[in-house]
Amino acid sequence: MAVLDILTYPDARLKQPSLPVDSFDKNLTNFIHDLEQTMDAGPGGVGIAAPQVNKFLRIIIVDVSPMANMAKTKKRRFKSSNHGRLILINPEITSASGAEVAREGCLSVPDYTANVERPGVITIRAKTVNQEIKNIECKGFEARAMLHEIDHLDGKLFLDRIISTRELFRRKVYN
Amino acid sequence: MDKNHQSEAVQSEVVWHLLTVVGEDRPGIVAGVTASLYEGGCNLGETSMLRLGGLFTIMMMVSGAQSNEALEAVIQPAVKKFNLRVHVDKTEARLHDHKIPNVQITIYGADRAGIVAETVAALSDSGLDILDLNSDVAGSVEKPVYILMIDGDATQGLDHLKESLASLENKGIEISLTPLETMVG
Ligand SMILES: [Zn+2]
Repeated sequence: MAVLDILTYPDARLKQPSLPVDSFDKNLTNFIHDLEQTMDAGPGGVGIAAPQVNKFLRIIIVDVSPMANMAKTKKRRFKSSNHGRLILINPEITSASGAEVAREGCLSVPDYTANVERPGVITIRAKTVNQEIKNIECKGFEARAMLHEIDHLDGKLFLDRIISTRELFRRKVYN
Repeated sequence: MDKNHQSEAVQSEVVWHLLTVVGEDRPGIVAGVTASLYEGGCNLGETSMLRLGGLFTIMMMVSGAQSNEALEAVIQPAVKKFNLRVHVDKTEARLHDHKIPNVQITIYGADRAGIVAETVAALSDSGLDILDLNSDVAGSVEKPVYILMIDGDATQGLDHLKESLASLENKGIEISLTPLETMVG
C-alpha cells in the first residue's frame, strides 16, 4: 500500500491514451488500493484516473460523497447524483445529454481552475473489480467528475475544453 | 538555454512589472506588443487583453525587465507602430497565487447611475472578494440594460451575502447568486 506520485503537466505521458484492463488479478487489486490511497491523500480530489499515476490502464475512481456531505452541512443544494465510491474498469460512455458549464481543476494541473462545458446527464457502462458489469446514470457534479477522469484515459485534460469567463458571460447574457 | 525561459529555481525571485497598454483596436496589436517583449528578453505571466469600446486594452504581468524605464524602452517598437499609451508599475505580485471563486453573481437592471457602485458596495460589505468582474450594457439606446457578472470569494458565507443583497432587489435590480463547486480530479 502506498501513496503514488502524481504526474503533472507538461509531462507528455498525460497525453497518452490508456489500454483496457484484461487481467483481473492480485496486481490489479493492489494497484487499485494504491490509487484509492493516492486520491484520498490529495486535497479535495473527488476523482483520479490510473494514467495520473503513470499506469496506462483504463481504471478510474470517482467519489463525490465528500462534496455531497459538505453541501448538506451548509444546507446547500448539491446538483449531482451520488453513488458513493465508484471504482470503474474499462468505463464507456453509453449516453450523454444536456450541457452544463462549471469549474474544474486537476491534480495533474496544479494552481489552475477554469470553466468547462460537459453533458449534464450520462450513463456509463463499466466493470467492477469483481468483473461485474455495471450501468450507472450520473448527473451534474458526479457526471462531470466521471467525464473528467475518462478524459484522462484518452490522454485529454480539462485544459483541452476550457470556456473563457467572457465567453460564459456572453452566453449567459445574450442567449 | 533560451534567455526567455528562466529555470524554476529562480522563478520565486523573479521581479514582475505590471504593464498597461491602451490603443486603438487595430489588427496586429497583440502580436506587436508580445513580439517587442519577447525580443526584449521579457516573459509574460498572467495577462488580460480585451476590446473595450473601440479601444484595445492590455494588462500583463511581465518579468525580465530591470526597471520601469527598461520595460518602457523594450515596448517602444510596438508603441511607435500602433500609437499606444503605456503605463508601468513595479509590483510585489507573483505567479501561482490563484484564488478559487466559490460564488458567481449575475446582476442586471435598467441602466442608471450608481447601479455598479451600489451593488458592489453591498457585496463587499458582506464579505465578497471580487476575483473577476465583467460588465456590459445591453438593450437599446433608448432602453439600456446594465449587466454584471462577478466571480468571487464569499469570505463570510453565501447566506450572509444573500441577506445583504435582498434590499437591492426592491430597487429594480435582479440578482442571482450561484454557489460554485469546483470539481478537482
Ligand atoms: Zn484531472
